[in-house]
Amino acid sequence: MSHLLREHAPITQAGWKLIDEEARARLLPGLAARRLVDFSGPHGWELSATNLGRVERANVSEQKGVEASRRLVQPLIELRSRFTLSREELRAGNRGAQDIDFESLDAAAQGIVDAENTAVFHAWPKAGIEGIAAVSPHEPIVRAKSFEDYPGCVARAVELLLRNGIAGPYGVALGRDDYTRVVETAEHGGYPLLEHLRKILGGPLVWAPGVTGAVVLSTRGGDFVFESGQDLSVGYESHDAEVVSLYIEESYGFRVLTPEAAVAITAPKGGR
Amino acid sequence: MGFDQYHEPPQELPEHARTFARLCASLTEEAEAIGWYQQRLAIERDPEARAVMSDAVGEEYKHFSMDLEFLLRRTPKWREIARGVLFQPGDIVEHGEAAEAEADEGGDGDERGAPPDAAADGSLGIGSLRGEGL
Repeated sequence: MSHLLREHAPITQAGWKLIDEEARARLLPGLAARRLVDFSGPHGWELSATNLGRVERANVSEQKGVEASRRLVQPLIELRSRFTLSREELRAGNRGAQDIDFESLDAAAQGIVDAENTAVFHAWPKAGIEGIAAVSPHEPIVRAKSFEDYPGCVARAVELLLRNGIAGPYGVALGRDDYTRVVETAEHGGYPLLEHLRKILGGPLVWAPGVTGAVVLSTRGGDFVFESGQDLSVGYESHDAEVVSLYIEESYGFRVLTPEAAVAITAPKGGR
Repeated sequence: MGFDQYHEPPQELPEHARTFARLCASLTEEAEAIGWYQQRLAIERDPEARAVMSDAVGEEYKHFSMDLEFLLRRTPKWREIARGVLFQPGDIVEHGEAAEAEADEGGDGDERGAPPDAAADGSLGIGSLRGEGL
């Protein structure tokens, strides 16, 4: 039995299938990091840390004549987002109902998506994760309030990466506002902005909830590593006569190996 | 030669599907090489040549096994069926039928976009989505 304790839940196999389907459907669209960076794993729930191959400089030995150094590792982070399901709704699902109330699950999934994207693209200091935009040595490119210069911003970001010897193809993680504007905007002559950006980048444009602005990065590989321990899973916590308490969980670490392989695009001061 | 491991237009395939196709092609090549070495060894009389080829086929066993393990890790249902068939004493066909029936009860769902029952590690089997986007 795994630590997820799914076998202990008062949920039928068909019920679990519905829950897993809904969780996947809600998680997949927003998982931006997995579309743009290297994915390693899943290595299992037992993995606790990533080997960094480095040691602390300080000598921690208490024995004269003996040197001792402590190995540096990056601990994995456990994300857990709880939700509840009505047992009455689950029974309805077993009867074939197609409008089951998964509101709590959906909110939990969105929380996980936002947390994963925010950590990867902007950093999560308390978890020891350095985000792509946070450690980039390049000054962020500030776009115009109207978005009219967005292709120019993306082109400048790509040129900056090229100038630093960072090869493509390139991709972009677009925060909610930037994504909406990119998708809805047609340039002069009616040419969709989306198509123009795709030609500049040569790689994917990705909806990235949790990201502020946008991040242009190389997708050639070897620059950013998402290390998965336990991949996204649904586990069981408890139940009573009315509801079942479950959670979405994953463990992961993230490392930036080439900080100069990304450039942020930000909104102008006072603009959205 | 070329890109004929793809059955569908590669530009329409997500990256994980292209990777999967490459490893399937590699698995096939390793199996072919094992078959060729077995034939050569069956007729070769020079002991030194036999020793070289015996060593070489061991490499192919290793490569085939690594390819297979990779593919099974990415395909929970295949992995489940393989678990019921591989390294089991007794009737291979019976084990195969039983393993397939058991896996079918758990639902299908190895294909991206189709909902899996929990993967072998209990996860939702999402993994890498590399290259997928607008």
